Amino acid sequence: MKKTLFDKVWDSHLVQKVLNGPDVLFIDRHLVHEVTSPVAFLGLKNRKIKVLYPERTFATADHNTPTINQHLPVKDPLSANQLRALEQNAMEHQIPYWGLGHEKNGIVHVIGPENGITLPGSTIVCGDSHTSTHGAFGAIAFGIGTSEVEMVLATQCIMQPKPKSMLITINGKLNNAVTPKDVALYIISKLSTSGATGYFVEYAGDVFKQMSMEGRMTVCNLSIEMGARGGMIAPDEKTFEYIKNREYTPKGEAWIKAMTYWETLFTDNDSVFDREITFNGEDIEPMITYGTNPGMGMGISGGIPKSDAIEGGASTYKKSLQYMNFEEGDNMLGKEIDFVFLGSCTNGRIEDFRAFTNLVKGRQKAKNVTAWLVPGSHKVEDAIKKEGLLDILNKAGFELREPGCSACLAMNDDKIPAGKYAVSTSNRNFEGRQGPGSRTLLASPLVAAAAAVTGKVTDPRELMVVEIA
Amino acid sequence: MAYDKFKVLSSTAVPLPIENVDTDQIIPARFLKATERKGFGDNLFRDWRYQSGNTPKEHFVLNNPIYSGKILVGGKNFGSGSSREHAAWAIYDYGFRCVVSSFFADIFRGNCMNIGVLPVQVSSNFLTKIFEAIEADPNTEFEVNLPEQTFTIKTTGEKESFEINDYKKENLLNGFDDIDYLLNIKSEIESFAKDTPL
Repeated sequence: MKKTLFDKVWDSHLVQKVLNGPDVLFIDRHLVHEVTSPVAFLGLKNRKIKVLYPERTFATADHNTPTINQHLPVKDPLSANQLRALEQNAMEHQIPYWGLGHEKNGIVHVIGPENGITLPGSTIVCGDSHTSTHGAFGAIAFGIGTSEVEMVLATQCIMQPKPKSMLITINGKLNNAVTPKDVALYIISKLSTSGATGYFVEYAGDVFKQMSMEGRMTVCNLSIEMGARGGMIAPDEKTFEYIKNREYTPKGEAWIKAMTYWETLFTDNDSVFDREITFNGEDIEPMITYGTNPGMGMGISGGIPKSDAIEGGASTYKKSLQYMNFEEGDNMLGKEIDFVFLGSCTNGRIEDFRAFTNLVKGRQKAKNVTAWLVPGSHKVEDAIKKEGLLDILNKAGFELREPGCSACLAMNDDKIPAGKYAVSTSNRNFEGRQGPGSRTLLASPLVAAAAAVTGKVTDPRELMVVEIA
Repeated sequence: MAYDKFKVLSSTAVPLPIENVDTDQIIPARFLKATERKGFGDNLFRDWRYQSGNTPKEHFVLNNPIYSGKILVGGKNFGSGSSREHAAWAIYDYGFRCVVSSFFADIFRGNCMNIGVLPVQVSSNFLTKIFEAIEADPNTEFEVNLPEQTFTIKTTGEKESFEINDYKKENLLNGFDDIDYLLNIKSEIESFAKDTPL
């Protein structure tokens, strides 16, 4: 029988099918953080049971952690309490714990791939919707709620109805200054935030084949923003090259054995998807969002769509523009901004910092802009320093903070003040997401860099030297 | 965690005719710092409900005393965004037992069912009728009947059936949870794990 990549991985993890109910799916690796796990551990305590496979579980602190002075005790008592709870739970259940200051600490979806925890053909869950990131490696990876975190801690399984399948193909070549973030924002703008709800997506075509592993992570990360539980890309030479020799990847004989499995991980010719969508890479330009959900995105040179051109509720659309203090038909180019945030599980990796640095090199941060540059992990931070990016950033008036989720969800002190505009490389522009009353414009690291040095929404192509190959 | 059984619920409803209500609106991230499942209802729709101080925003539906009940009716694509189960906890803790919409985000829908809040998906036409019925009379009663899988506007008798799989239905009717089910097949899981290398 012809099988999709998704079917192959799902079916090989099927423990049991419940009649007229969900599938029982075995989970290879479970990532845990401080915010969505304490109640799950409490549940285990109440049931008087232990974590079934601590060696398949990994814990890190990222969501509520400060991004300055991490060597000092965490000031906020509630955050400190959550961090303490995770540390104690990890110790009690013998789970590897990479807390603040640990060399492997960082955002959960950055450190998974970085340390070789994320492997092709595996099933990965975490109490965080951006777990879809790990699909870049050909894994089935998705976010879960706290009851499910408890479920996986207790049984290493999850009960899930099998989602429908969607294939998104993008062929052709990307234009100058169009990054993986733009590709994802483009897809979401076409599908809306609910267009892929109920589906698991596979991305295929030239654009994804040519994309780096980090770029693939950015795209898969944003799958949830169109409602999909997850997205995945078939593993290839780039994937194997990326994971080889990382700490938790199999070595020697085990590597050879794993490779024979991994090389079978592709969608068979003539497989049938429930839905197939095709776009052209050439049609995509650098993107920016103008509203209060990630589906409200547009090419940076365009105008904000009119409410009568929008499918669905005009009143919700108008409420959204009102929140942003934008008018229908406005150009986004030239709009003044106050903050720039480079970071998050979407765009907090070394390639993102390289792109940002490249553009701000030799320029100066605009005076009206506060910029928060937050690496996704200590390893990313180390690379920024080793590659000399930090010197360039410092000369251009930027400082680097310490790793964490930071202003993406503003659980720590990194909050955008009410009414202020932030060009953000993160994943959500919901009302108040980056702080009560904050206004978020989602964009790529290049668009963020262009805004950081000009103080307004600027097309990065205007600032980029065209390189002749 | 065991939860209340859900059979038949008759109640008035609170209308929230806004689309794409995301979980950051249902409960903002800064209120996710608890280590126990307590008190989340106080911060349900926090930033829609209160000014930056603690002054209630008068126009918001939860601050309007004419609306009450155990059913929350939301616009299309309810519960999108973050996987935080705290959103479902806040809805439960506030006193809702059923959320109605014409479309739900996946993770939110699952989270609700895992804690005993019933998500009822109706057609967009029927959703409009529900909003109209509440607008005409905020005291309109609705019946959510899980055994029959129907949602009824009691004043007019108009009803629509909704879908739920047999397994989840049994769970909700009896207050069973998935973890108890899985613990009962632990030996099967353990033998599966043996064949599945790290």
